[in-house]
Amino acid sequence: MADIDIRSVRKAYGKNQVVHGVDLSIRSGEFVVVLGPSGCGKSTLLRMIAGLEAITAGEIAIAGDVVNNLEPRERGCAMVFQNYALYPHMTVAENIGYGLKVAGLSKPERTARVETVAKSLGLSEYLDRKPGQLSGGQRQRVAMGRAMIREPKVFLFDEPLSNLDAKLRVQMRIEIRKLHNRLGTTSVFVTHDQVEAMTLADRVVVMNGGHIEQVGTPEEIYRNPASRFVAGFIGSPPMNLFDGRVTGPGEVQAHGIVLSVPHAGLKPGRPVTIGIRPEEVVLGAAGSNVASIDVDFSEELGSVRLLHGQVAGADFVIQVPATTAGPKIGRFSFEVPARAVHLFDAETGNRIGTAASGARAAA
Amino acid sequence: MIERTPVLNLVTHAVLFIGLAIAFVPMWLVFVAATLSLQEINTPPISLLPGSHLWENLAEAWTRADLGVKLTNSLIMSVAVAAGKIALASITAFALVFFRFPGRMTAFWLIFITLMLPLEVRIVPTYAVAANVFSPYQTILDVTGLSWLWQQLTGAELALEWNLLNSYTGLVLPLVATATGTFLYRQFFLTVPEELMEAAKMDGAGPMRFFREILMPLSITNMAALFTIMFIYAWNQYLWPLLITTDRTHRGTAVMALRQLIPMSGDSTGGGVPDWNVAMAGCLIVVAPALLVVALMQRFFVRGLIASDK
Repeated sequence: MADIDIRSVRKAYGKNQVVHGVDLSIRSGEFVVVLGPSGCGKSTLLRMIAGLEAITAGEIAIAGDVVNNLEPRERGCAMVFQNYALYPHMTVAENIGYGLKVAGLSKPERTARVETVAKSLGLSEYLDRKPGQLSGGQRQRVAMGRAMIREPKVFLFDEPLSNLDAKLRVQMRIEIRKLHNRLGTTSVFVTHDQVEAMTLADRVVVMNGGHIEQVGTPEEIYRNPASRFVAGFIGSPPMNLFDGRVTGPGEVQAHGIVLSVPHAGLKPGRPVTIGIRPEEVVLGAAGSNVASIDVDFSEELGSVRLLHGQVAGADFVIQVPATTAGPKIGRFSFEVPARAVHLFDAETGNRIGTAASGARAAA
Repeated sequence: MIERTPVLNLVTHAVLFIGLAIAFVPMWLVFVAATLSLQEINTPPISLLPGSHLWENLAEAWTRADLGVKLTNSLIMSVAVAAGKIALASITAFALVFFRFPGRMTAFWLIFITLMLPLEVRIVPTYAVAANVFSPYQTILDVTGLSWLWQQLTGAELALEWNLLNSYTGLVLPLVATATGTFLYRQFFLTVPEELMEAAKMDGAGPMRFFREILMPLSITNMAALFTIMFIYAWNQYLWPLLITTDRTHRGTAVMALRQLIPMSGDSTGGGVPDWNVAMAGCLIVVAPALLVVALMQRFFVRGLIASDK
């Protein structure tokens, strides 16, 4: 177990900079998920921790030691690759034990440890098979066994679940989290799947365009997105975002709809982006902050129903329980509770805090 | 794919069998000739059915051309060429594919160019180098005046010499130094996923260990294909062994020995008896090892050349 310190790390390929000065501290034993769209630099960051990519500028320290110039094998990291990267000509046992063989352990010792690891992953009966004879999930487990057996200080996962089918993905997700609960090894997990991020992580790191947008627990990221990007990226269906402006103290307006908000210190005339989560609006016109939506299409998702439509000409989605009675298409009025309104600066995209959330951030 | 084209099937099969016949008839004639007596073979028309003298012809060819020694020489040379080729090709391709170093592309193109210069084209300079491996260096020293300087300083003439004539080394090395295998290996290495190398790195394996324990086992079919090609190539060499071996009794190869069995009017023996039956029997013996290698390696050979099963 070890903590990881990433200090102003940059990566450039020639003139093309892909990671722009990332600072991140990962505590010992923590499960951190790096989340972002493809090309945001998240895999590059992981590979720099692993030692597979050179660090252009900045420092990475594992357990207090700067590892910039160490070979991958000296860093105490183990990695699970997206396509598993199992050695095709070796059996499962040889694949799992290869790291120990390279390290020069005796055969009996290796066999014993391979058996222990294989047993904990349910691979005992497959030890003599070649990777080609295994299913996707089993290959994934072999890849994890290969990482586990060296008892590394840090586990690195590079989108390990994206080659699995949906059902297996859910199952392996749970297994990975259970494994972490049992071993308690510091883990960094890279993915573009927000569900994986929300379910696995102690803390989520949202990256975009080579920058870190936000670091926080899954709940913080969901409840208080730090930027317009995070707000739009996290959540399915995504947050409704549209442009508006401040019209008075505690009041914003967009497309002719006036919303009162708990944010303090808003200068009238300031352009803002207004964000409303689809599940936080309340159907029916009670109270203030009421608007109406023309629903032209509704989606049944089993437990919930999505209503797609326009609010004053702008696209808008509302999520309601599937049990909601009444027509599915037509004009509905709904209420936006003041605490459900997120505001972002129209230029920088940064979150504009409410008095309450500001106080929490300061504490 | 399922197709129903009976006419096309018939035509393609006919083409196949005609091709087979064209390829096979000469071999058949060699075999028939090897089974006839001297008298039978010199009686027109050419017999198309085998006779009964195969074993005595084989025995005669074996002793007259001293094939025991020659076949051993050929075998040593061919195995050495094939093995040397695999070693050289795999390690060069490894450097070209998995490492980034200055001059990588230059090295690549220099190797590529050797494809356009087969042994026959560069045979005179190759012979000069084989006669004295140090001659290029000697020339450099002479031209730059360094050997003159050496003579002034020490009083002794500087004459570097390492002669490869009449040796197995001389037979083998020039045949090994070509690019064919390097390209076969390069193509294979390019299909190996990069993650495999990274996984090996994470497992702590250095480059040579990765090469030995992961790349080499994966390339077994390639190795078999290359071995077959190079074995046959070296086995069939005629011109180069003829040039480099002066002691033909001890260093001559089997293909060279065949020449001694062929009756020629301009020969030192003054023409002699036209005993083609013995010559053809010699052919049968000499072609047998090559056939055997192809037969044994054929399965791997085809797999190695068409696809990589990973």
